[in-house]
Amino acid sequence: MNHDASDLFGLFAHFLVLSLLAVGGAITTVPDMHRYIVVEHHWLTDAQFTASIALAQAAPGPNLLFVAVLGWNIAGALGTLATMTGILVPSTVLSLWVTRWGAQRRETRGVRAFTSGLTPLTLGLLLSTGWVLAEPYLRNPAHRWGALALIVVSVLAMLRTRLSPMWLVALGTAAGALGWV
Amino acid sequence: MSAPTSPRELFLAFNRLALQGFGGVLPVAQRELVERRRWLTKDEFVDMLAVSQVMPGPNVVNLALMFGDRTFGTRGALAALAGMLLAPLVVVLALTVLYVQFDQYPAVTGALRGMGAVASGLILSTGLKLLVTLRRNVMGLPIGLGLAALTVLATAWLRLPLVWVIAGLGSIAIAIAWNRLRP
Repeated sequence: MNHDASDLFGLFAHFLVLSLLAVGGAITTVPDMHRYIVVEHHWLTDAQFTASIALAQAAPGPNLLFVAVLGWNIAGALGTLATMTGILVPSTVLSLWVTRWGAQRRETRGVRAFTSGLTPLTLGLLLSTGWVLAEPYLRNPAHRWGALALIVVSVLAMLRTRLSPMWLVALGTAAGALGWV
Repeated sequence: MSAPTSPRELFLAFNRLALQGFGGVLPVAQRELVERRRWLTKDEFVDMLAVSQVMPGPNVVNLALMFGDRTFGTRGALAALAGMLLAPLVVVLALTVLYVQFDQYPAVTGALRGMGAVASGLILSTGLKLLVTLRRNVMGLPIGLGLAALTVLATAWLRLPLVWVIAGLGSIAIAIAWNRLRP
C-alpha cells in the first residue's frame, strides 16, 4: 500500500497522543489503534491487525514491539519509524521526568488520587484489549470453537497454574498449524 | 547486593533479558535483576514496578528507564532502553518479513491464528488476575469494578476514542479517589 507523507505524519501524531494515554502499558491502547487503523483508515484488515499483534507476541522481547510490526505492515520501515518514535518519545521523556520529580512525592494526596483513580481504567483496558484481539476469531464460524477453546485453556492455565506463557504460545502454534483452530 | 559497572553492562543485561522474554518480559526481568544479578531487592523491584505501571508507556520499558536512570543517569536510561528494544526489534521485523513470504500456507496462517488466540487469553487473564488489587483501592471494590466495566463498555463495545474515555471516566475516577483520600 502506498502512503503519502500526510498519512505517515497522521500515524506518528496519533501514536504520540496514545503514548501519553498508555497508562498500564502500550497494549491497553490496542482498542484505539484498531479503531484508528482498521475502522477509520482501512490501512490494515482485521486479520492483518490481529496477525501483527500475534507475531509480536510470538517473538521474544517486550510486547510493545507489536507497535513496530503494525507500522511495518502499514508502510514498511518508515511506518515502523513513525509508530515506534511516536509511542516511545513522549512516554520516555515523561517517565524520566516524573521519576526524578515524583520520588519524594509518592505519598501526597494528588499522586495517590491519580494512581488509585486510574487503576480500574487500566484493568478495564486490559480486558478490552483481550476482547478486541479475540473478537475477529470468534466472529468467524470456521475458527470460533477452536479459538474459544484455546482462549479458555490459556486463561485457566494462567489463573490456576504456574505454567510459563511460553508453553501456551507453543500449544497455540501447534494446534493452529495442525488446523484445529 | 551488587550494581552494574557501566552503561555497556546495563545494555547487555537488558538485551539478554529481553531476548528471553517469550510472551512477556516482566517475569524474566524479575528473575534476572533480583535473583540472578541481585541488582535490586524484591521490594525495590515491586516499588519500581508500581511506579512504572501508573506512568504512561510500556511497563517493562519504564522499568528499564528508571533502573538505568538510577545507576548512570540519562546515559544509563538510554543504554537500558536500547538493550531492551534493539535486538528484539530486528528479530520481530525479520519474523514479519518471513511471515509475508509464507502466508499462503494454511499451516502457517493457522499457527499464527493459534498464537493470536493464546495471546488474547494471556492478556485477558492478566486483567482478571489483577482485578483483586481493586480490593485495596481507596474507592472500594464495587466502584472499582464498576469503573472497569464502564471502561470495557466504552472501549470494546462503543469503540469510543481513548482520549475521551481517559478525559471523561478518568477525571471522574480521580475525583472520587481524591475525595476518599480526604485527610
